[in-house]
Amino acid sequence: MSKQRKAVALISGGLDSMLAARVVQEQGVHVEGINFFTGFCVEGHTHAIRKQDEAKPKRNNALWVAEQLGIRLHIVDIVEEYKGVLLNPRHGYGKNLNPCLDCKVFMVGKAHEWMREHGFDFIVTGEVVGQRPMSQRSATLPVVADESGVGDRLLRPLCAQRLPETLPEREGWVDRDRLHDFSGRSRKPQMALAERFGFEEYAQPAGGCCFLTDATYSAKLADLWQARGDRDYDLDDIMLLKVGRHLRPRPHFKLVIAREEGEVKFLQGYRRQFTHLVTRSHAGPLALVDGKADAGDLELAARIVARYSQGRDAERVEVDVVPRGGEARTVTVPPLAAGEIPAAWHV
Amino acid sequence: MNRHELDCRRLLCPMPVIRTQNRVAELAPGDVLAVTCTDPGAAKDIPAWCRINGHELLGIEQGDDELVVTVRVVADPD
Repeated sequence: MSKQRKAVALISGGLDSMLAARVVQEQGVHVEGINFFTGFCVEGHTHAIRKQDEAKPKRNNALWVAEQLGIRLHIVDIVEEYKGVLLNPRHGYGKNLNPCLDCKVFMVGKAHEWMREHGFDFIVTGEVVGQRPMSQRSATLPVVADESGVGDRLLRPLCAQRLPETLPEREGWVDRDRLHDFSGRSRKPQMALAERFGFEEYAQPAGGCCFLTDATYSAKLADLWQARGDRDYDLDDIMLLKVGRHLRPRPHFKLVIAREEGEVKFLQGYRRQFTHLVTRSHAGPLALVDGKADAGDLELAARIVARYSQGRDAERVEVDVVPRGGEARTVTVPPLAAGEIPAAWHV
Repeated sequence: MNRHELDCRRLLCPMPVIRTQNRVAELAPGDVLAVTCTDPGAAKDIPAWCRINGHELLGIEQGDDELVVTVRVVADPD
């Protein structure tokens, strides 16, 4: 009896990687999933924060997919290592701060390391030639295989018939005739295959699964780097960019103002790390101060926060200003008028 | 059997799962790990992770602002 071959499949939580894993599973290969957490994954976070999103399923789609497939899933935290990819992408950025090609090379390279450490035979991805403008073109698919070091142990079951034969096909670990020839941006072949496999529910995030492809998010990240004079970040930074209204009234500080109850709750977790403001005389949001703000800046911050409170039309609003690690003091300020908040302050 | 605690307060999905996964890898079969989370998504994700990886979910205690998910480590099926 021939040895059962083992493949590690990159599982994003979307449909394509789910199908790719199933195609290989169907051929008798033992499949386990691997999922990488960069910190920029759309997955889960925003659902967990905003109260208005409470109705949306609070589930991790990669875990959910693994459960549908009946495979184990290994989730790997690559937040620190990923900085090297985002800050210095060899192949540059896409439309926003998305280093898609370098990202794919990096993730496949990490999966390759895992494959060798765990005695697996090949890697499976859900890539489809021509589907993505940067990382899934016929010119870039070989770059991923070459630069990641995985070479011909990388199988893309959804478009394999359009690509040169890989080791798993040559060795007969999988039957090339039972792989697919999908190409382009149409989702119809994937949907048909999903139907054949009986997958009735699957995640199809509009705009992809990474915040870096989002223009607004990328602008906030660029603003953060510019304000600090340093292209660096930590996990808290990139989480906070996903939450609240961001206003930068002065180059040296910005405010992160909660827009609703869920965000207030989330930002409360950061009160010890940041100077923060909260309205006292009227119901209002919690706001964090990111940067160095002097007394005049904090008064301006209090007036802005008052503007976003229930006291926006009052003559005066009391605002508690709580310095990081210090005692709260209450200031009484006139809320800024709507016209006094220039559009340019909104990051 | 030893009982261990893991603080995942303020961490958002999937960090509580990753921390749980990594801590469980260091524990012995039979050990119990109680994971305290503030992300309500953990109430689904950690049980899903347990089902996928063959560990036993002992319970979920839901408080006002946080929840505790308790897991018993099962020997690696491999």
